[in-house]
Amino acid sequence: MSLENYRQQPAVFAAFAAPTLIWLLLFFIAPLGIIWLYSFGENVSLVDIETTWTLDNYARIFQPEVLVLLWRSLWIAGISTLVCLVIAYPVALVIATAHPDKKPWLLLLIMLPFWTNLLIRTYALLNILGTRGRLNDVLGWLWETTNTLLTKFGLGEFQLIGESFTPLKFLGTPGGVIFGIVYVSLPFAILPIYSSLERLDKSYLEASLDLGAGQWRTFYHVLLPLTAAGVVTAGIITFIPALGQFLTPDLLGRGQVDMIANVIERQFKRANDWPFGSALSLFLLYITFVLLAVRSFYDARKAHRS
Amino acid sequence: MKANTKKPFEYSRKWSLRLVFLTTMVFLYAPIIVLVVFSFNNSRRGGNVIWKGFTTKYYGKAFANEELMLAFANSMTIAVTSTIISVFLGAMTAIFLWRFRFPFKPLAEGLVSLPIIIPEICMGVSLAMFFSSLDLWTSGDTPWPFNLSNIILAHITFSFPFAAMVIRTRLQNFNREMEEAAKDLGASEYRVFRDILLPHMRPGLIAAALLTFTLSLDDFVITFFTSGPNTVTFPVKIYSMVRFSITPEINAASTILIVLTLLLTFAALRYQRITDISNDG
Repeated sequence: MSLENYRQQPAVFAAFAAPTLIWLLLFFIAPLGIIWLYSFGENVSLVDIETTWTLDNYARIFQPEVLVLLWRSLWIAGISTLVCLVIAYPVALVIATAHPDKKPWLLLLIMLPFWTNLLIRTYALLNILGTRGRLNDVLGWLWETTNTLLTKFGLGEFQLIGESFTPLKFLGTPGGVIFGIVYVSLPFAILPIYSSLERLDKSYLEASLDLGAGQWRTFYHVLLPLTAAGVVTAGIITFIPALGQFLTPDLLGRGQVDMIANVIERQFKRANDWPFGSALSLFLLYITFVLLAVRSFYDARKAHRS
Repeated sequence: MKANTKKPFEYSRKWSLRLVFLTTMVFLYAPIIVLVVFSFNNSRRGGNVIWKGFTTKYYGKAFANEELMLAFANSMTIAVTSTIISVFLGAMTAIFLWRFRFPFKPLAEGLVSLPIIIPEICMGVSLAMFFSSLDLWTSGDTPWPFNLSNIILAHITFSFPFAAMVIRTRLQNFNREMEEAAKDLGASEYRVFRDILLPHMRPGLIAAALLTFTLSLDDFVITFFTSGPNTVTFPVKIYSMVRFSITPEINAASTILIVLTLLLTFAALRYQRITDISNDG
């Protein structure tokens, strides 16, 4: 299909393109421009900000307490992404190799929780992650069962798994926040891996196995390298929203495990320090751009090779 | 290591992988099921810890909560309005990107997909600052539903690029020869659009509408920044209830929204055959 040159029908082109471009300019670029100006500004009164081109707001990002916050956000988002990828790969593999009739239903099963409101999903976790919550019930039950089994095998007196079950504390700990981020972002990780598995030429796997490589060797040396692009995409599109998560650290972290977004929110809603909040938001935006650039670099290199 | 008795691509038959899949499903669904079950719990406080018998009274309470119902009406109004405008704008975007060759096209494509990618909090903050610096905030005494216009503008901005994406996918398999044939037979540009292109786009428009409706209904972060004290949406109201205290009433309100989302999803499936899901991937 050939595309029309816009010069052939400039009026039609303008009629279709103008509303979009005007909308984006007005409600997307201009707002970002305003916080860009604010990020170089100072509070002159409670609500008035003057752009003095100061770099103080950016310098504040490199203060120790903000660096601690950035580092915490990065490692929490990083570990959550890794956990997501480790779970997502086998799940995507099951869907991609399922019977063609079942595939769409399995995908729907993955997508359905994703379409449920983020706040509600986080609230649902808040209910089960408490020290007396359902997750600790399940863990307690697992402990009991294991203990009974160990006793049956005559190992009871060694107390291999501890004397008694102590409920784990999830709320207000990084563990709870990671649990929450994995829960809300798992579908982001599954779908790109699934689509790279779908496009895979399965004869490579047959060849590898025919030539005597085992299942694990085939996985590490054939399957994983061939789907690496999907894994990188999955990692990046899981990591970006994870890094900017507001609700999970807010509700599950209970103020103990703040991430970037929580501090940004505080600058605008309570601390009333818009210039610093703007600088921090833009900093988050720049990290996003760097990650996207890494991805296009990776894609370009891959395209160059093949 | 086991002998390879199975074909390599039959991973879905391996019990270990099936177990991982099953555990993941339990992980994804158990919290939501617990939430729904405990919305029927007859316990006033700490309602999500101990089961104290079946009741539907918290649904009654949720429906009688005027603030919650106003928030629900707000959410629906915002979702309907922003869906209509987003689909219209998204269709225009999809058509000009699909049909024309023009300078800086990659730049335009990047710009359109940017609202999908950037962190929600950046968008929420920037729109809030935009409205306040230009003094566009709707004041407390703006009559309903015009006091919702800030939120509606914000919702259109983050959802029309999604609509454009869905509609453009549909346009990719449009047969341009049909258009040429119609033009050869004397149809005007407008008639070609109305009688040929538009009917072809219809399923894409419906899919886009259902997607943007869900996105609008789901959004918390951007709405949180662009809403005022008088313009609370359903998720924002639930959030303030959660911060205040956890009661089965919140579970009931959440369940109502979950059921609504499920209904929308199944409506979407009626228009888009289930097999399309795996083909889109």
